[in-house]
Amino acid sequence: MSKFIDDIVKCWTLYGESYIDGAGRTIVISLVGTIIGCIIGFAVGIVQTIPVSKNDSLAKKVVVKILKIIMRMYVELFRGTPMIVQAVFLFYGVQMIWDVTLGMWPAAFLVVSVNTGAYMAETVRGGINSIDPGQTEGAKAIGMTHVQTMLSVILPQAFRNLIPQIGNNLIINIKDTSVLSIISVTDLFFVHKSVAGALYKYFASATITMLIYLTLTVTASLLLRMLEKKLDGDSSFDLATTDTLAHTSGMLTYHEKKKDK
Amino acid sequence: MAELILDVEHLSKSFGSNKVLHDIDFEVHKGDVISIIGASGSGKSTLLRCINLLEDPSGGKVLFHGADITEKGFNLAGYRAKVGMVFQSFNLFSNLSVLENCVVGQRKVLKKSRAEAESLAKEYLEKVGMAPYINAKPRQISGGQKQRVAIARALSMQPEVLLFDEPTSALDPQMVGEVLNVMRDLAQEGMTMLVVTHEMAFARDVSSRVIFMKDGIICEEDTPQNLFTMPKKQETKEFLSRFMAN
Ligand SMILES: Nc1ncnc2c1ncn2[C@@H]1O[C@H](COP(=O)(O)OP(=O)(O)O)[C@@H](O)[C@H]1O
Ligand SMILES: [Mg+2]
Repeated sequence: MSKFIDDIVKCWTLYGESYIDGAGRTIVISLVGTIIGCIIGFAVGIVQTIPVSKNDSLAKKVVVKILKIIMRMYVELFRGTPMIVQAVFLFYGVQMIWDVTLGMWPAAFLVVSVNTGAYMAETVRGGINSIDPGQTEGAKAIGMTHVQTMLSVILPQAFRNLIPQIGNNLIINIKDTSVLSIISVTDLFFVHKSVAGALYKYFASATITMLIYLTLTVTASLLLRMLEKKLDGDSSFDLATTDTLAHTSGMLTYHEKKKDK
Repeated sequence: MAELILDVEHLSKSFGSNKVLHDIDFEVHKGDVISIIGASGSGKSTLLRCINLLEDPSGGKVLFHGADITEKGFNLAGYRAKVGMVFQSFNLFSNLSVLENCVVGQRKVLKKSRAEAESLAKEYLEKVGMAPYINAKPRQISGGQKQRVAIARALSMQPEVLLFDEPTSALDPQMVGEVLNVMRDLAQEGMTMLVVTHEMAFARDVSSRVIFMKDGIICEEDTPQNLFTMPKKQETKEFLSRFMAN
């Protein structure tokens, strides 16, 4: 046991900074990948829910149909294959087709974003469809367009409902960026492999790495929980009246009880 | 006779092979308050939904100041802003406050400034008695209050005609009155209204004309005095007597 502790101390004193750097890269890659992935996911999800009515022009119908098919293929392709293979595929694909060798950051951002985007697209589509269609009709009936309705009414609600899913994706990404070491992204897992290889302390280094990953994921889920609370806002509201009698005359609002989750 | 606003001509609507509206013909003049009554399933909602194009009519015409609303290139958003709709299920935007519910359409569709939109919204919320609640979210107010906000939202667009689809049918009985009072006030101020309702007292006392629908056709149309006291059609008599019996 004391040997194990010695090993951990040794790994940390020699390479502590490398672990921290690796963890830092893991955080940046998963954060940026999740954010861009969400943007892609929302864009794709919105395209997939564009309504087509029979009064629309033929051109619009054709364009929307083709877009929907492409989006569908994208989603299936990147949900149906492992990210580790996608990393290799994209990295060498870009090299082959455009003759560019992606640096570490662009490669990492590309893989994680495109992968997350595919998952988020499905989630966003579900989120949009789950909002009561009556609200869409309410917006239509006052002349709002599909895009206006989406931006002002539907997406804000879908976004709120999707925060737990976005959080899940972030946590998955924190862990799954480890596969990017296959294209030489020097994230936390890459650091672990290097340290373990240099010192032959596999178990000790793995323990340190496990603890760091766990700290990152737990912190992420705590922060997201706080964001959710914040977006739900106050459960009560102020009566906009200076008439103090209103408060005693039974006109008073009822303050909704805080929901226990 | 007052200015003709809406002219519905030979309007029909089918869902697949199910023909729901047949050859509907009527006119809406400025200041008319037309109640539409009839059994459930007779096509009342579909008629209103065709008038503001939430459903595409299958045949016939709807002319708004003489322009066919189903024609390609017709300014649909502008038209819908001028023809407001109040739904049975309120359909308020749940992410927005009471005030914002009445502001968003003015901003996005009518491109009004925030100050202008807010002052107009407050004016109409005041009118329906919801001014103190401008900061509330829809989930924090009662059904009757929601429906009054929905009316204020429609009014904020300053429409020429308001369509109501059973505005009190989803409400607890003690809340029906507050909504009907608002509608009565609007009628008295000369608002042009088309009201699908089961509130016979409202239809009788407030409307200028009553349309009785049965199986997708206008079975009888008359003044409330005539239609309620001496209906011409057997179907109308039966509907009214069955309705009064309940
Ligand atoms: N979207 C729809 N698709 C198919 N059938 C519909 C649809 N909306 C209404 N209907 C049918 O049209 C008929 C008239 O419905 P509706 O206009 O809602 O009647 P009302 O409002 O008078 O109760 C009903 O038979 C209903 O089933
Ligand atoms: Mg109906």
